[in-house]
Parts: sequence; C-alpha cells; structure tokens
Amino acid sequence: MNKVDAVIIGAGISGLATAYFLAKKGMTDIIVIDKSFITSGSTGRCGAGVRQQWGTKSNCILAKKSIEFFETAQEVLEYEKDLEFKQEGYLILSTSKEEDKEFAKNVKLQKSIGIPSRRCTIEEALEIVPHLNPKSFTSATFCNTDGHINPFLMSEAFYLAGKKLGVKYCFYEEVKDIIVIDNEICGVLTDKQKIQTKIVVNAAGGFAKEVGDMAGIDIPVYSENHEILVTEPTRKIQGPMVMSFSKNIYCQQVPHGSFLMGRSNPEAKPSHDISSSWKFLDHMSKTVCDILPEVGKLRVIRTWGGSYNVSPDHQPIISNHEELKGYYMACGYSGHGFMFAPITGELISQMILKEELEDYAKELNIKRFKDNRITDFEKSVV
Amino acid sequence: MNKKDIIICRCEDISLADIHKCLEDGYTTFEELKRILRVGMGPCQGQTCSILIRREIANYFDKKVEDVVVHKTRPLIAGVKLKDIADQADE
Repeated sequence: MNKVDAVIIGAGISGLATAYFLAKKGMTDIIVIDKSFITSGSTGRCGAGVRQQWGTKSNCILAKKSIEFFETAQEVLEYEKDLEFKQEGYLILSTSKEEDKEFAKNVKLQKSIGIPSRRCTIEEALEIVPHLNPKSFTSATFCNTDGHINPFLMSEAFYLAGKKLGVKYCFYEEVKDIIVIDNEICGVLTDKQKIQTKIVVNAAGGFAKEVGDMAGIDIPVYSENHEILVTEPTRKIQGPMVMSFSKNIYCQQVPHGSFLMGRSNPEAKPSHDISSSWKFLDHMSKTVCDILPEVGKLRVIRTWGGSYNVSPDHQPIISNHEELKGYYMACGYSGHGFMFAPITGELISQMILKEELEDYAKELNIKRFKDNRITDFEKSVV
Repeated sequence: MNKKDIIICRCEDISLADIHKCLEDGYTTFEELKRILRVGMGPCQGQTCSILIRREIANYFDKKVEDVVVHKTRPLIAGVKLKDIADQADE
C-alpha cells in the first residue's frame, strides 16, 4: 500500500498551491488527486479577476497577501509562459447613498491594512474608464493594484513548480472514501488505490461538502451556478475591471483582448449545475449595455457556468478540524478561491507544519460557525 | 513543412507544434489543451480545429479518432452583439 505524508483532494488552484507550499517547506511525499485534470472545476471557470477591495478584514488581508504573491509568481515559480498578470485596477461602482456609505467604510478598512484603494466621484471614475455611462452610477472606489491573472496558466505554474519539488499528481482518479480511525485520518481510498496517510486536505472546490461527508464532517457550504460570458477579442479599450454589486455585474477586458463578464442569479438553488441559460444572456447584455454601452457593440462568442462554493458569511474556511486530527480544508470561498490561492497554500501549509498562525487566519477556522455565532459578513460579492 | 507553420486553430493562431508540445508535456485531452492554448474557445468555437486536434490526439496515443472525447460545446452557435440581445431581451 502506498504510504504518503499528505493527500490533497482537488487539483484546482487551492490544491495545487497547497501542494507547492508544503513541498517548498520540505514535505516530501505529497499526492494531489483529482477525478479529472488540473483546473477542470471552478478554477477553470472563474472570472480571472484578482482584487483587494473587500468589506471584511480577513478577506482584505487574504487578498493583499495573495496579490503580493502574484506580483512575483512568474519568477518565484520559474514559469516559462506569460501568466498574463496585469494590475490596472478594479473600479467598483456605487449606485446609492447607502452603498456609498458602505464603500466609505470599506475603503477606510482597506487603507488601514495598506491596500491603496480610494473613493472617486463620477468625474474621477470617468477619467479611469472614459466609456462608462455617467448616469449609471453615483460614485465609485478604485484600487490600482487589483487586476487579472490567467487562471489556467497560474494553476499550471503551481503544478509544474510542485512537480519539480517532487509532488505526485494523480489525474482521472476519484477519491471514494476517507478512512478515519479514532478521530484520526488514516488513509484515502480511490477508485484505483488505497493510500495510507495521516493528513488529508479538502480542496475539492464545488465538491467540498461531499469530501467533508466522506470523513464524517459537516461543512456548512453549498455550491451554486454562476454564469459568465466572453466576447470576441478586440483592441484594448478598458484597463480596469468594472464592477457593481447593486447592478450585479463584473466586466473586464483580459490581456488577450476579449471581455469577460458575469453576474449572479438571485434565483439559483444549491446544486452542482453548471449549465448556461438564455436568461443570463438577456440580463447580462442589458446590464452591460447600461453601464458600458461601448462594450455592447461586441459579439458574445461563448457562455459557461461554474460553481461558487458558498459559506455562511462569504468568507473562506481555511481550517483544521478540532475533532478530526489530520483533516484540513480550504473551501467556501464564495466565488473567490482563485484570487486567494497563494495565501491559501501558505496558510494550510502553516497549519499542517504547526507553524504559528497570524490572528486573522485563526478567524477562518470552521469552528466560527458553531452555535450560530455571529461572524463578520462579506457583502462585497457579485 | 515546419510544424510551427501549420496553423491548427485559426482563431488563436495555434500551430501543430504548439499542439504537439502540449501532448509531450503530458496533457491528454481536448479539454486540457483548450485550457492551456485556448483552442476551441475562439469565435469559431472549435468548428475548424476540433477534428484536427482530435486527430492529433488519436495519433499521439494510438487511438481511433472516434474514441477521442469531443470538447464541451457551449452557447452561442455564432457570435451575436450584446446590444442586439439586450434590445430584444424579455421582461
């Protein structure tokens, strides 16, 4: 029987980053298992944006530390292709006095931890994105170090860097069960083999709940379909991501030239559905034509869907489990697992290797949901 | 003819050499190639490259073309301007 130090379930960005950090810190026998291939789940379906403008302290810190990693990822991971990282900012539109008040609070929080965000008037926002419809919003916030990175290539960069450090990857292999004896992890059973291990990391994205169930752990997350569309590529007309929570849109031109945009469906039910709908296309087109009429002239070439793994407070669960020794989880990112991946890998590796955690990281433990305790709720989510 | 000069995906300018490099790197399916190279995601949505790439995968792994899984197709069938959709949207 195969005996290893750690089994990571899921070869999305969180699992790949965790494997990389563990290997870099000296752990030797690490296996990443995925029932499909790298980025086959939520990572490969995400909107590719990376931002630091959040409404909770934990999310702000996670985002800031992740951006700092992305800034050096190309060199640190010695990746040969271009990661398509760009920092041209996120412009977040407000459409009411209440929202503006909320944003003022957010910017204050962001600044307090060193995120260079600021509030903008309509005129200032138009200087940043001239083709905005000035009648579609009342004020905005902007952070120039937010941006974009290619999710496929970023994942591949972690994958190849992990491979060089000796991480093993098992693709097209499905974890069927997690073996627990006396509240301790003992192994993992897949459709191809039985692996002996004392450490399991649940980085299963949309299937995090199921991978919790396998070990008898109830993780309070569910999956929800979020749709996206992409246009034909065109000349560069927009630097920053334009986003509005109240209008329900995010829209960015990626370095490749196409525009990516998405919105949430308020009627979506918890499920693993990732299909495309005509309703999304209707609503998305109307919203983008209202805010960014110029973008409306472009042709949509493709739509798709992917799972948000939603937690009760829209903050991730990056955690061990106090009643199950050896079980770790990185899930419930509520749509933002890609942009928080570097710090996820760092934090899970710190937990496994018993390094001292910073205070903000302790707050991401799953035990925060015990006894219906009130937690800091993230509202800045599309 | 040089493999770098044989264009397989016209939307994204992907050559036969790019496809072979990906297969040599260990990727095995159209879906994997799609994510790394963007093949099948351009304006033609794979209508040009799909069969060519499946044939290359089949040759590389010594399989029959019909045994190579077709990539996932998504709407739309052809490009449509966002404004035209918005103008005729329901509700």
